[in-house]
Amino acid sequence: MDIPYTVEVRRDTGLTNGKIGIWLFLASEVMLFGALFASYILIRVGATSWPRGAEHLNVPLATFNTIVLIASSVTMVMAWASLMRDRFGTFRLYMGATILLGFVFLIVKYFEYTAKFEHHLYPSTNNFFAIYFTLTGLHMLHVAGGMAVNAYFWGPGAKLWKTNPVWFTNRVEHSGLFWHFVDLVWIFLFPTLYLL
Amino acid sequence: MTSDHGSASMAGMTGHDAADIDRHVRIYITVFVTLMVLTFITVAVSYLHLSVPMAVTVALLVATIKGTLVACYFMHLVSEKKLIYAVLALTVVFFAVLLALPTLTHRNGFWIHEPHPPASSSPGTGH
Repeated sequence: MDIPYTVEVRRDTGLTNGKIGIWLFLASEVMLFGALFASYILIRVGATSWPRGAEHLNVPLATFNTIVLIASSVTMVMAWASLMRDRFGTFRLYMGATILLGFVFLIVKYFEYTAKFEHHLYPSTNNFFAIYFTLTGLHMLHVAGGMAVNAYFWGPGAKLWKTNPVWFTNRVEHSGLFWHFVDLVWIFLFPTLYLL
Repeated sequence: MTSDHGSASMAGMTGHDAADIDRHVRIYITVFVTLMVLTFITVAVSYLHLSVPMAVTVALLVATIKGTLVACYFMHLVSEKKLIYAVLALTVVFFAVLLALPTLTHRNGFWIHEPHPPASSSPGTGH
């Protein structure tokens, strides 16, 4: 049995089921990160002193990672636009670049984390590092998850393009929405943790 | 795998024409450049060593502008259906309540009576 409303839109919502599904999921993600941001505010305003992020974290590396993630959002949306232009080869290039940029982000985070561990700075060290590792760790899991889905659409999942190109394009758009959300979260994490 | 799937063009099938997609691509490039400029502004402002309330205001203002650009153009919220806006409006309300809760609970005498820590304590580095 075919999954309904993957290509044609529902009359009542004006949307495909996939589109409304991914937005509902992103709404739940807003609440997940929102709860952690609220915890951060509570811990910070309750503290009589709080370290400046730049004194303990590597701002140049985080700035580089911000540029990497924003660039990956552009390649992601260009991958979708390539499918809309019927250019499958270009889609593969842009999607490949998106996955690669995700890897670069994770590698940079690996170096950041190991530098902290070498200085014996762990989540248990203090509240600042507890919230830093929790927020960035959860964000990294999202980057890894998004990369796994994108890699599927770059590889085996791309077979759908031959049989049902509109459905495949919709799927890429939805994984793109998740990827842009991950970028959006980092846009707020970067100044909050590293610069303030 | 080729782009030829023996049917009408993707743009046509999804209700977009080719010129429409070209216009989108030009917008994506403009937004990308703007996001880069705003990132450098965020970092540059942090070196000015503003007071904490001012630094928080500026950083969050720039981050909000960047986030809005990503949501509106990369996530296509500028031209989305009403149901998506309704879902997001509800999310914004709950998100605002979530962020307001710590402020309300922190206010002395509202929900929680704030303990008076000893003068020598350093909660920023405490457990």
